[in-house]
Amino acid sequence: MTADAVESPRMSYRDALREGLRDALRSDPRVFLMGEDIGRYGGCYAVTKSLLAEFGEERIRDTPLSESAFVGAGIGAALGGLRPIVEIMTVNFSLLALDQIVNNAATLCHMSGGQCPVPLVIRMATGAGRQLAAQHSHSLEGWYAHVPGLRIVAPATLDDARGMLGAALRCPDPVLIFEHIGLLNMEGTLTAGAVPVDIDRAAIRRAGRDITLLTYGGSLYKCLEAATQLAADGIEVEVVDLRTLRPLDDALIVDSVRRTHRALIVDEGWRSGGISAELGMRIVEQAFFELDAPIARVCTAEVPIPYPKHLEDAALPSVPRIVASARALVSREP
Amino acid sequence: MPSLGADMEAGTLVEWRVQPGAHVHRGDVMALVDTEKGIIDIESFEEGMVERLIVQPGARVPVGAILALFEGEPTKLAPPQSAARAQRVSPAARARAAQLGIDPQTLKGTGPQGVVTLQDIEQAPAGQGPPPSPAAGRAGIRNAIAVSMSRSKREIPHYYLQLTMDLRPALDWLEQFNASRPVPERLLLAALFNKATARAAAEKPGFNGYYGKAGFEAAKSVHLGVAIALRGGGLVAPAIHEADQKTLPVLMRELQDLVMRVRAGHMRSSEISSATITVTSLGDEGVDVVYPIIHPPQVAIVGFGSVVERPWAIDGRIEPRPLVSVTLAADHRVTDGRLGAQFLARIRDFLTRPEDL
Amino acid sequence: MSGSSAAVEPALGAQILALLVEIAPDVDPAAVRPAEDFRRQFDFDSMDVFSFATALHAKFGLDIPERDYRQLASLEKCAAYVAAKLGDRHAPPAALKS
Repeated sequence: MTADAVESPRMSYRDALREGLRDALRSDPRVFLMGEDIGRYGGCYAVTKSLLAEFGEERIRDTPLSESAFVGAGIGAALGGLRPIVEIMTVNFSLLALDQIVNNAATLCHMSGGQCPVPLVIRMATGAGRQLAAQHSHSLEGWYAHVPGLRIVAPATLDDARGMLGAALRCPDPVLIFEHIGLLNMEGTLTAGAVPVDIDRAAIRRAGRDITLLTYGGSLYKCLEAATQLAADGIEVEVVDLRTLRPLDDALIVDSVRRTHRALIVDEGWRSGGISAELGMRIVEQAFFELDAPIARVCTAEVPIPYPKHLEDAALPSVPRIVASARALVSREP
Repeated sequence: MPSLGADMEAGTLVEWRVQPGAHVHRGDVMALVDTEKGIIDIESFEEGMVERLIVQPGARVPVGAILALFEGEPTKLAPPQSAARAQRVSPAARARAAQLGIDPQTLKGTGPQGVVTLQDIEQAPAGQGPPPSPAAGRAGIRNAIAVSMSRSKREIPHYYLQLTMDLRPALDWLEQFNASRPVPERLLLAALFNKATARAAAEKPGFNGYYGKAGFEAAKSVHLGVAIALRGGGLVAPAIHEADQKTLPVLMRELQDLVMRVRAGHMRSSEISSATITVTSLGDEGVDVVYPIIHPPQVAIVGFGSVVERPWAIDGRIEPRPLVSVTLAADHRVTDGRLGAQFLARIRDFLTRPEDL
Repeated sequence: MSGSSAAVEPALGAQILALLVEIAPDVDPAAVRPAEDFRRQFDFDSMDVFSFATALHAKFGLDIPERDYRQLASLEKCAAYVAAKLGDRHAPPAALKS
């Protein structure tokens, strides 16, 4: 993300999300937004700022404080032929709409023999790092990735922040987009001449031959920093951005591990029963005989995310922990 | 009972070649063991006095079982099975070892907590795949060749150079040498080819060694692999150790001994997997040129075609000369054509002055 | 015994066969066709021929110049060659039993 993309102005991840929303609202009259404080206030993370003035109250709709109600309304709108984009403030609050998401949105297409697809997009903030305490900081995307009928994506780059929304709207299944709060102020430029963005495949963000780091969302940049530090010691790290947590891109994941023979999974979710456990098991199922070291994980400590800064930092995956774990897997004894 | 291949679980003792009280040196053949792949001569890992033979001929025992005891060294003949179990091997290393015919239990692990890793396997001296036997091991040898050659063509960027050499000086010298000697002391041209190649390899380390995961590592000695065709198909390339240091008569005797033993299925455990560069010769088959495939993890192979009499321009005149086409296939990750050309030129130099070989 | 005879004297033939198996243990002596070249029958190469000549030298005490190697190419030729060489030295056939 440097000066070589001359024509693209610098912008934040937040701006890229907004550009994605703007693209969708402009290109398809069936698209509309709803959620708490997304209109007049501009969204609790200011992603939808100024959209009300541009597109009007019909398409940028503030809702009452009832996740269950407005997610349910979104499902109804999608069934009725519209393309609703629902914003939930954080993944923690989405639990109030869990019944609508898991029991209705995910199931209706299947229960109707394919007659009632639910092309609903739900955006929500996830992750920690901004001292918002345990009720606003968890990473529960792994839970949602458990549920068939849903599609779970986690954009980590500006291009994905802007482009994944379009692909999500074209998908006949409900898509949940998890936007990490630690990335919102990250600045960069969009790739000039936007390439179509998919929500099916993982991406190799850095190629290496010694160990594969599997990660997504806010942890991607910690992994890239760790890879840079390890490169100074001659350890070539491959960093895989999962991008989509359901379905997982087994082909790319397994191919990478087959080449490097080692895997370290970095996930801001908790270890127990998390997406990291699923990833590890898939590697064992599909590439056991290629492994040259145990699979390892760096996850968040098994506590509700603490409020004090030093405790929050200690609980989350950090660059030093990633570096140490990777080093342990590739270390050699004389 | 040493393991002579990753898939070997047990072996049958065929014959003892030592008796209690015998003093053996490292490398002495102690016993013949029949494996699924043929009969192998088991060499001693130790020097010492044989105290007691534990296993009787005809008995089939698992890998790791004690075959005999040395005086005062009750467990040194072979690692006990418990120790073999203690050596941890990563799944990838285990799979690759099986492909290459290497026993991971014989290696020292350098991974975390001493585990044998893929790198340890790939840097180990190459396995020849399963050891040979005239009949029973044929399918095993075919499979070993398939695995090894497929890997070579998949992984090694070969480059090929070919140099035609005038053998008049070598053949004249050889004829003179042989004329004055009884049959057993005579040399074959193959001995000269091998010696010349070994000495060139000693001078050009980029062609003598192994390419592992950490890149190329030059070998300290020249262990010359000699491709030996088995009657009815199949090929093995056991090593003549430190071939560059041996005189032509010694080299000739070792070559003769090796060919006979290999075809009889008596390859020694130490010869199976230690070659650092290989020579292949198809001269007897009448082909002009051979374009050989490198035997991984080695990085070079030298091929000799038939010696044929052809017109050769020399000092502005055409003369009939005995010529041979010598081919080098080398690993482009390690060396370039210029070095390869120098390597071939060294072989020619040596063959031009056979009296100095 | 004449060098051009196609018949192989049995005692001599048996001794030569034994040498053949010694230097090429993977050869089945029962399958040897006396008139056919070893090269064609058993893929003999120059090393086999050399080993064979070495064994003949050791067994019969013959000096076999290199240019004569091709006269060892089959069992018949070899027997004739050995017989002729031994005849040259006026050694009686009984000496073969050594």
